[in-house]
Amino acid sequence: MDLSGSQTRQTIITLGLLSGALILFTGAVGMIAAFHEREIVRDFITLGQLVLLITPFIFGYTAANRLGMTGEAPIVVLGGGIIIGLLTALPTTIMLLFNSDEFRFLLDWALRLAPFVLATAIAWRLYRQNVETLTVIGSWLLVAVLLGIVTFSLALIFEVKGELRSVLVNINRDWVEVVTFDHRKDLMRGIFIFSLASVAAGFLGSLCYYVPRTPRRALFYGLSVTLLVGAFGETVRLVLQENLERDTLNQLFRRDTLRGNAALGLLVVSTVIGYLWAAFGDRARQGFQNLGGQQRQTTGMIGTVLFVALLLMLPWLIGRTLSDVAVTIGLFVLMGLGLNIAIGLAGLLDLGYVTNYAVGAYILAVMTSIGPLGLMKGTFSFWMVIPIALLAAMFAGFIFAVPVLRMRGDYLAIATLGFGEIIGKLAISDWLKPLIGGAQGVQAIPKPIFLGTELKNPEQLYYIVLVACLITLFVSIRLNNSRTGRQWMAIREDEDVATAMGIDTARAKLLAFTLSAATGGVAGAIFAAKVGSVFPNSFTVFISINVLSLIIVGGIASNPGIVVGAVVLIGLPELLREFSDFRFLLYGALLIMMMINRPQGLIPTKIVTHEIRAGVKAKAAAGD
Amino acid sequence: MALLEVNDIHTYYGNIHALKGISFEVDSGEIIALIGANGAGKTTTLRTISGLMEPRDGAVRYDGEDISSTRADLLVSKGISMVPEGRGVFAKLTVEENLDMGAYTRRDKGIKDDLDRVFELFPRLEERKKQFAGTMSGGEQQMLAIARALMSSPRLLLLDEPSMGLAPVLVDGVFDTVQRIKNEGVTILLVEQNAHMALQIADRGYVLQSGEVALSDTAANLQQNETVQKTYLGID
Ligand SMILES: Nc1ncnc2c1ncn2[C@@H]1O[C@H](COP(=O)(O)OP(=O)(O)OP(=O)(O)O)[C@@H](O)[C@H]1O
Ligand SMILES: [Mg+2]
Repeated sequence: MDLSGSQTRQTIITLGLLSGALILFTGAVGMIAAFHEREIVRDFITLGQLVLLITPFIFGYTAANRLGMTGEAPIVVLGGGIIIGLLTALPTTIMLLFNSDEFRFLLDWALRLAPFVLATAIAWRLYRQNVETLTVIGSWLLVAVLLGIVTFSLALIFEVKGELRSVLVNINRDWVEVVTFDHRKDLMRGIFIFSLASVAAGFLGSLCYYVPRTPRRALFYGLSVTLLVGAFGETVRLVLQENLERDTLNQLFRRDTLRGNAALGLLVVSTVIGYLWAAFGDRARQGFQNLGGQQRQTTGMIGTVLFVALLLMLPWLIGRTLSDVAVTIGLFVLMGLGLNIAIGLAGLLDLGYVTNYAVGAYILAVMTSIGPLGLMKGTFSFWMVIPIALLAAMFAGFIFAVPVLRMRGDYLAIATLGFGEIIGKLAISDWLKPLIGGAQGVQAIPKPIFLGTELKNPEQLYYIVLVACLITLFVSIRLNNSRTGRQWMAIREDEDVATAMGIDTARAKLLAFTLSAATGGVAGAIFAAKVGSVFPNSFTVFISINVLSLIIVGGIASNPGIVVGAVVLIGLPELLREFSDFRFLLYGALLIMMMINRPQGLIPTKIVTHEIRAGVKAKAAAGD
Repeated sequence: MALLEVNDIHTYYGNIHALKGISFEVDSGEIIALIGANGAGKTTTLRTISGLMEPRDGAVRYDGEDISSTRADLLVSKGISMVPEGRGVFAKLTVEENLDMGAYTRRDKGIKDDLDRVFELFPRLEERKKQFAGTMSGGEQQMLAIARALMSSPRLLLLDEPSMGLAPVLVDGVFDTVQRIKNEGVTILLVEQNAHMALQIADRGYVLQSGEVALSDTAANLQQNETVQKTYLGID
C-alpha cells in the first residue's frame, strides 16, 4: 500500500477511535445518562442522544475535511465517514456486550487474553525492527506479566463482584437505555440501531463536506440555533414567558421542552436567516467598511444606542431567574475588566484577584450589617460604603503590590496566588473572628435603598452592576489609549526597554495593581449586598481562576471579549446547574479546546491576532 | 568641562565584581568608542551610566551633576538615551507607535519636528510607518531602535553594539548614520565589538579588559597600536 493510502487509513482510524473513546468516556462518567434527562425536542431527541449522534457527525466532518484537502476521491471520503461512524459505536458496543449477562464471558476472555495479545504484538514489532532475540523474548515476558497482573486482578474483581457496574458505577441501566435507544430488553436490536445511527451521523458529517459553503454554513447555523434553544428550553421559556401569551407559549413548549412543530419551524427560520447572513453578511460588512467616516460614525452611534437600550431593558426581557444570572455575570465582567488592567494591559499575571473581592465584600458587610457584627448599625448606607470598599480594595492592591514589584512572570504569579490564599485563611481565622465572624461570616446585610425603594430583586440590582460595568468600561478604554496605557504596554513588552524610554516602571506597576483592585472591591461589595451575608468560603482561589479564564477565553486585553468570556464561562455553567457534576468537566474541556483551536480568545484584539499568526508562521518556518 | 565623566566606578552583579574601577570622559560633540572582548564589561558600563544599575563605588557625572544613583527613567528626561543591546524594539507596536514611545518623557511641541527629522535620517522607516516592528528585518529594527532613542531628543546617546547581527553592507549604513547623528550635535558613546569600524568614526577610544580600562587614546592612535591591532582588529 502506498504512503497516501496508509495516511488516509491512519486519519480515519485515529479520528474514529477518538470519537468512540469520547462517547464511551462520557458514558462511563455518567454524562450521557444525565443528559438524557433533558429533552431537546419533545418525543424526538434528548441531549444524551444528541451527544451520541453529534460526535460521529463532527468527527466525520473533520475527517472529510482532512481527506478532501489531500485530494481523496469522494468514495474514500464518504466511506471514511461510514467507517468513523462504525468505529464510534465500537467501544460502546463492546462495553454493552461486556455488561450483558449473555456476553459476560467475552470480558473474562478479553481480560485473560489481552496481556498475551498485546505482548505478542509488541514483540512482533521489535522483531521486525531487528532487535536482538533475547530482548524480544524479555520484553514479551515483561509486558505479559505486568499487564497480566492488572487484567487478571480485574477479572478476579469482576468475578467476585459479579457485575461491571460495581466497578464502573455509571455503566448501568440508564446508560444502556440511552445508548440502545430504549431497547435495553432486546440488546442486539439496540446495538444495531445504535450502530446504524452512528454510521448515518458519520456519513452525513462527511457528506456535509460536499455541500457548498453558503448552504452548509446556513444549515450549521440553523441546527445549532435549534439545538441550543432545545437544550436550554427551560431558559428560553423563562425569557419568552415575560413577553408571550401563555397559550402561544404552550403551543411552542410542553413544559420546558420544545414541541416538534416549533422545532421544525425554528430550524427553517434560523436556517433561512443563516443563509441570508452567510450569503450577504460579508457584503454588508464590506459596505460598512466603505461608508464614509461620517456615516460610519453615525451607524456606530446608532448601534451603541441600540445596544445600551437593550442592556437597559434586559431585566424585563429575561425575567427574574435570568436577571439573577445576569447580575452574577455582571459582577464577573466587573472583575474581568479590573484584572485585565493588570494582566492584559500591564502584563502582570495576578492570581490573587480574589483578595480584592473579599476586601470589598467584608468592608461592606461590616460597615452596613445590622446584625451583631455591624460596626455602624445602619448609619452607613450601601451607597456611602461603595466608595469606601473601592478605596479599601485599592489600598489592599497597593499593599500587596509593594513586596512583589521586583518580581516578574511566574514568580509574580506564585506570590499573588499566595496572597489570595492568605486572605482566605485570614477570613476564616479565629484571630479575626470577633471582627468578621470566622466561619459563620457576617449576616444581616441590608439591601441597597434607592430613592426610598429597597433594591431587593435581581432585576433592580442588575442596574447597579450595569452602571458599575459601564463606568469601568469607559475608564478602561480611556486608560488604554492614554499615556498610562502606553506605559503599561511598554512594561508588558520589555521592562528594561521601558525604563530606557524613561518610564518609572515601579510606579506604573503599582498603579496597575491598585487600579485593577478597585473594581474587585466594588464587585465584592455588590455581591455582599446581593446575597445579604458574607462567608469565607465564597472567596476561594476559584474566583481568581475564573476571572483569569474569562479574560483568556474572551481574548486578552479585549473589552468585548471579557463580556463574552463572562457570559460563556459564568453564564453557561449557571444555566447548566442541573448537570452540576459535569460542569467542571465541561468547563475544563472547553478551556482545553479553546486553547488548542483559538488561543487568541473569542474576540481577540488586533495585536494578539497578529502575534499568534506571526507565531504560527515562525513555527512553520522553523519546521521547514 | 566634559559632558560625561565616569570616575572610578565599581559595579557588581550580586557578588560578581563586573566593573573594577573604570574611568573615562566624554566631551560634548564627540564620538567615543568603548571596545573590548565579550564579558569585558561594556554593557555593564552603559547600564551603570544610564541608571539601570548603581555603582557601589565611584561616581558618574553628567553635565557636572552626580547621577550615580539617579533612576534610569529620570535620566531620559535629562537627555541620556540608550539603545539597548539586542535592540529591544516593541515588536507588537507599529513603527510609528515605537517612535511615539521614544518621545514618552516629552511634552513639548517639538515632537512632530523631531519625527520629521528622524524620518529624514531613516526614509525607510517612513515607508514602513504602519508595519509591526516585530516583522521588520534586523537592520530595519536596528534603525528603528536608534530612531526611537533619538525621539527623546538626547544630548548623549548610548549605543550598545548597533552592528550586532547585521550583514556587512548594513554595518556600513549603521556607522554612516551614527556619524550623521553626531553631525547634528548629539554626543555619542559607542560600544562595539567591531573595533575596526568603531575606531574609524570615533574621535577617541577606550579599550576595556575584564572590567578595567586597559588602554585609552585617540582613535587614530589606537588603530595603530600593536596590541589593539592584534587583539581587536585581527591584524598580525
Ligand atoms: N545579569 C548578570 N548577572 C551576573 N553576571 C553578569 C550579568 N550580566 C553580566 N554579567 C557579568 O558581568 C561581566 C560583564 O558583562 P557585560 O555584559 O558588561 O559584558 P560585555 O562587554 O557587554 O560583553 P558582550 O560583548 O558579550 O556583550 C561578565 O563577566 C558577565 O558574565
Ligand atoms: Mg554587551
